[in-house]
Amino acid sequence: MNLAAGVQIVSFVILAGMMLGAALGVVLLSNIVYSAFLLGLVFISISGLYILLNADFVAAAQVLIYVGAVNVLILFAIMLVNKQEEFYTIPKRWIRQGATGLVCVGIFALLGTMILITPWSKATTLPFSVVENTIIEIGKHFFSDFLLPFELASVLLLMAMVGAIIIARRDFIPESMARQETISTPLTLPERPRELASSTASED
Amino acid sequence: MNSGIDLQGSFIQSLKELGLPADLAKALWIPLPLFLMIIGATVGVLVSVWLERKISAAAQQRIGPEYAGPLGVLQPVADGLKLVFKEDVIPAKADKWLFTLGPVIVVIPVFVSYLIVPFGQNLVITDLNVGIFLWITLSSVTPIGLLMAGYASNNKYSLLGGLRAAAQSISYEIPLALSVLAIAMMSNSLSTIDIVEQQSGLGILGWNIWRQPLGFLIFWIAALAECERLPFDLPEAEEELVAGYQTEYAGMKFGLFYVGSYVNLVLSALVFAILYLGGWEFPIPLEGLASWLGVSETTSWLQVITASLGITMTLLKAYFLVFIAILLRWTLPRVRIDQLLNLGWKFLLPVSLVNLLVTAALKLTFPVAFGG
Repeated sequence: MNLAAGVQIVSFVILAGMMLGAALGVVLLSNIVYSAFLLGLVFISISGLYILLNADFVAAAQVLIYVGAVNVLILFAIMLVNKQEEFYTIPKRWIRQGATGLVCVGIFALLGTMILITPWSKATTLPFSVVENTIIEIGKHFFSDFLLPFELASVLLLMAMVGAIIIARRDFIPESMARQETISTPLTLPERPRELASSTASED
Repeated sequence: MNSGIDLQGSFIQSLKELGLPADLAKALWIPLPLFLMIIGATVGVLVSVWLERKISAAAQQRIGPEYAGPLGVLQPVADGLKLVFKEDVIPAKADKWLFTLGPVIVVIPVFVSYLIVPFGQNLVITDLNVGIFLWITLSSVTPIGLLMAGYASNNKYSLLGGLRAAAQSISYEIPLALSVLAIAMMSNSLSTIDIVEQQSGLGILGWNIWRQPLGFLIFWIAALAECERLPFDLPEAEEELVAGYQTEYAGMKFGLFYVGSYVNLVLSALVFAILYLGGWEFPIPLEGLASWLGVSETTSWLQVITASLGITMTLLKAYFLVFIAILLRWTLPRVRIDQLLNLGWKFLLPVSLVNLLVTAALKLTFPVAFGG
């Protein structure tokens, strides 16, 4: 084993341990701010794993999008919201928890089967060529065999942007929609009442 | 295209000749550029702190630091020593871990970004494919540290300062990235070396500043906002927020914020010089001059001269920009937070999108001048 391979194995172990530890912290810690900061650590460890796989652009994009945008936004939301809410029991709460559990188990099963049926041995035996410039390769794939997902993703982003502009400019939405939401069934999520949302939005 | 001076190759070669195995020689090389980077960045901070004090003094018709060393050049060292020896206070109700970690997270990405700053054809720590993208990526990590510091201080001014800093740096990252994208489109690469190479050959006429008259203004405004320099130093606006997220910090933890902001300023100036002012290129094309004089490109003394000239030119350009930033500080009044966000989202963002579109159109129409 030469120097490079040793460094690779050691950094893989460190990154994987850091990622698992931080991910457990996100779920198990009771302080939501710690969870949010640890989420950033999870994302950074994942980008480290991408670097180990020679995917430099993906690693940088991971940090830019997930740490720089998503995680900062989560922190922002946590720090701006200072809401004390009464905890009261919802009837038939187990339906909500069961649905969440079902989705989580489903995703886990799907990913597990994907890992099991992928022919990993091919990747190590095939004489794969070392990609010199990853960005050029990614660009080629985007405009050839991954054209449809690429275009769909851009349409999705456009939709999100239009939606954000509409929500930010409240004057497009008629005010008559205002009504008091009450938490009645286990499948409705608690929402802010409309008139409160519109009054804060018109301040800026 | 010549290989130029290869420091790494010759260092490893000379160690091998001493009888060391190749792996060990490589491992011995690795820490050297890292230390060089840290030392270079720190010296850059000292110089820019001194410049800031002297130029600010001149702008206000004072003399400025005078007694510490000739012309007061040792004043920043004295400042630094003072910060090191000050008591490290952690407020009683602050969150100890996050309070300590905040400044660290602010400083580390800024120092790491020096990896991609080239001072010559081979005088760069790593020539990454993602190059300039790494800088944008790393500068997007800083707001996390600011939010952390603001939250952990357990002080409303700190929290507001942290939130403002994060909002500001998210808003101005987009015009910054879009103006860098226009450059990347013209040079067909994100690598900083390729970006400078694409501007070389014509001397001062080939620099990107002529091709991106709109882009460089957007970049400069956005870079000042990212560095929290004065027209945009909302997060630490002293009339409103005491000192923003730095309010509760003392001693070396405050020093880290201080160092981080100046390193970031010098780094932004260096990146500006690379993207728009031709990096290490001399205003007169040196290669053309050498061939006109009949000196071969591979002559060793010529390579030494071009390398040292390259470092000098990069630093000169960067410190010229630092000078402009300091002058702007004493010339322009601070904007309000709503004006800041309006400028970022409603003016700079559309204008930088238009700049990108125009650059793409020009690239298709005049591929000779705009890097087809």
